Amino acid sequence: MKRLIGVGLVMAGTLGALMAQDAQITVSKNGYQTPNVAIPDFRGTGDAQKFMAAFNETLSGDVKASGQVKLVPKTSMPLFIPQQPSDFQTPPPVPARGGRPQNYMPTTGGGHWMQDWSAPEVAANYLAFGYTAPQADVLVLQGWLYDLSKGNPANAQLIAKRYLGTVDEAGARKIAHEFAADIIAIFGGQSLYGSHIYFTSTRTGHKEIWVMDPDGKNQKQLTRFNSISTFATLSPDGSKLAFTSWAKGQPAIFIFSVDPVRDLRFYNQAASVNQAGSFTPDGKQIVYASSAGTGCCRIFIANLDGTGFRSISSSSSIEVEPKVNPKTGRDIVFTSGRSGPHQIYRMGMDGSDLERLTPGTGEASNASWHPDGQHIAFAWTQGYATGAFNIFTMNVATKEYVQLTHGDGKNENPTWAPDGVHIVFAKTRGGSPQIYTKLADGTQLQQLTSAGQNENPVWGK
Amino acid sequence: MLRRRYLTTRNVTTIGLALSLALFAAGCKKKVPAPPPPPPPVVKEVPVAPKPAAPTVAVFTAEPTSIQRGQSATLRWEVTGNVTGVSIDQAVGTVQNTGNRRVSPSDSTTYTLTATGPGGSTTASATVNVSAPPPPPPPPPPPAAKTLVDRLMDVQDAFFDYDKTDIRSDARDTLNRDAAALKSILGDFPGAKIVIEGHCDERGSAEYNLGLGDRRASSAMEFLQGLGVPADRLKTISYGKERPQCTEQNETCFQKNRRVHFAPGQ
Repeated sequence: MKRLIGVGLVMAGTLGALMAQDAQITVSKNGYQTPNVAIPDFRGTGDAQKFMAAFNETLSGDVKASGQVKLVPKTSMPLFIPQQPSDFQTPPPVPARGGRPQNYMPTTGGGHWMQDWSAPEVAANYLAFGYTAPQADVLVLQGWLYDLSKGNPANAQLIAKRYLGTVDEAGARKIAHEFAADIIAIFGGQSLYGSHIYFTSTRTGHKEIWVMDPDGKNQKQLTRFNSISTFATLSPDGSKLAFTSWAKGQPAIFIFSVDPVRDLRFYNQAASVNQAGSFTPDGKQIVYASSAGTGCCRIFIANLDGTGFRSISSSSSIEVEPKVNPKTGRDIVFTSGRSGPHQIYRMGMDGSDLERLTPGTGEASNASWHPDGQHIAFAWTQGYATGAFNIFTMNVATKEYVQLTHGDGKNENPTWAPDGVHIVFAKTRGGSPQIYTKLADGTQLQQLTSAGQNENPVWGK
Repeated sequence: MLRRRYLTTRNVTTIGLALSLALFAAGCKKKVPAPPPPPPPVVKEVPVAPKPAAPTVAVFTAEPTSIQRGQSATLRWEVTGNVTGVSIDQAVGTVQNTGNRRVSPSDSTTYTLTATGPGGSTTASATVNVSAPPPPPPPPPPPAAKTLVDRLMDVQDAFFDYDKTDIRSDARDTLNRDAAALKSILGDFPGAKIVIEGHCDERGSAEYNLGLGDRRASSAMEFLQGLGVPADRLKTISYGKERPQCTEQNETCFQKNRRVHFAPGQ
C-alpha cells in the first residue's frame, strides 16, 4: 500500500505539467472529432404512430444525453426521410471529364441520396433511420444506423436490427432506449438505460426514498415510514439499498432489497447516530458512521446484517460519509472535521495512510468515487459563501480539481452514473432542492424532478 | 236621590228642625210665638298646672344596621328636652345625652335607649342585625394538570454558534434555568423521559450536520447532568438539518435552527 502511494507521489511529481488535466473527466470517447448524428423523426404504421412522439423524444434524448455525439437539428434535414434501405437512391454518375454538362442533372436527391445528409447544409456524419409497426400485439422497430462517409448504402450499414416492445408508450420508450443504447455503443459510450437514480423526496409530506429512470421517468416511492428516510446508497450490483432513517427514533441504518422492496433487517449497534455510508465492492460489507463509544462519529465497517462491526477511524472529530473505492476496495474517502471546517480525507481500509484531499479552505463534503477508482466528485464551498456548495471533481492521486458548477444556487451530493461521464446531483434554487444530471465536463444540465423537494440522489445500477 | 242624601245624620237633624218649624208655622198660624229657651249657664273652667314634657329622643340609630359577626356597628343618639339620664341597655350603660358607641354584638341585638327626665321616660330602640360571616371563598381550583408536552413548552431552547458544539454563555444561562425546570418536570412525571434534540442550520452538509446535531445534544445533556438532572431520564436525538424551525436564508433564521430542543420521550 505504502509503495503504491509512493509510486503515486512520484508520478504526481513527474507529471506535474499534466496535473491540471488529471481531474478532468473525458466525456467524449471520440477525441476532438465529436460526430454529428442525424436522427430524424421516425414514423409508425397504424396504431404504432400514436406512440411515436414518446419514441422520438426518448431516442434522441438518450443519444444526446450520452455526450458522445452532437445531434443534427431537425430543421436542417432534407424533406424526404428514408425509412428503410430501399428508400435510398444512387445519384446519377458525374459526367466524365470533358463531357458536356447535362442541364437536367439534379444536384440533390431531396433526402433520397446519402449525400443529401452529409451535404454542408446538414453536415451529418451518421444517419439513424427506420420505422415501427405493430405486429401481432408486438411493437416492432426496424432500426438502422448508416455511416454517411461510406458513400453508398451497401457498405454504410453499422446497425440493422429489430427491437420488440409492447404496443403502448412504455413499449415505445423501451425500444427507443434499446436502439439508442446500440447507437451510443457505436461511439464508445455506455447507455444508462436500465440504471436507476435513487433519491430522497418530500412529496408525500415525509422524506422517503424514491427511485426513477435516468431520464426522470417512472418515479416510484420505495419507503413508507412516514418519518425521515434519506442518505441512500446502493450495493455494487444494484440489488440492495442502504439508507438512514429516524423511523425507530434515533437515526439508524436500514438495508432493503430493491426488487422486491423488503427490509433485510440490518442490526444497528447501540448508538445515538448510525449513518449509512457505502457498500464494499464485493457487496458483502458496509462502511458507515456511528457515534458508538465516543460520540458522533467514527467510521465503522460491518457485515450486511450488522454483525462483526468494528471501528476504522479514531478521530475525536465528526467523521461521516465513508465511501469505499469501488475499483480497488482498498481505500475510503470520507468527510472529517479533524482540521476545522469539514474537508475530504482519504485513508486505507484499516485507517492507515490518512491524508486530506481538499486543501482546508471552505467546507467540503459528499465525496463519491468515479467508477475508475481514481477520481471523485464532491461538494465544496471554496470561493463562495458558507453553505454555497458547488460540484467539483478531483483526481485523488494528484489532488488536482475541476469545478463543474458555478453558483446558481447550492449544488450538492454528486454521484457518478455507471458510464462515468454523467453526474447526478441536487441543486437548490429558491429553497427547493431538485435532482439534476450533468455531463462530467459540466455541459447538458437536465432537471429530472419537480414535485416536492428532492435531494441526496445516488446513481445505481 | 235627594232622599238618600237626607239620610245622613246631620241632614236628618236639619230635616227635623225644618219640619218642626213648618208644623209650628202651620199650627200657630194664628197664635203668639213661645219664648225661646234660656241660654245655657256659663261654666267657668279651673285652670290646670302644665305637666313637664318627657325628654325627646331625636336620634337613635345603628349604622350599619346589618353586620357580619365580628364586625362592628355604631350607635348614634341624641336626646333633647329635660333630661336627667340616658342609658342604653345591652351592657352599654349610662351615656351622655348625645354620643355614639361602637358595638360588636355576636348576635342580632336590639338596643333600647331610655331617656329619663322629670317629665317621664322615653325609649327608642335600634336593632343591629348580625349575620354569620360568609364561608371563606373556595380555594382557587387547582391548576388543570399540565401535560408533559405543556410543561416542556416552558423549557427553552439553547443556541449554538455555527459548526460549534460548546455551550455559549447565553446557553449556559438558559440551561441553568432548564435544569431546574427539567428536575421539577421529571419529579412530576416519574415515568417520563426527556429527549434532547440537536439541530443545525441549513448550511453545512446534511450528513455532517447529523454528527453536529448529535454533539450539540450530547453537550447539552452533559451540562444538565452536571446540574443534577438524572442522566437515565435523558436521551439525545440528532435531527441534523432535517427539521428546521425556520427556513429563511438569513442569520436570524440560521441561529434559530442551531439549537437543542426538549421534547417528551418514551
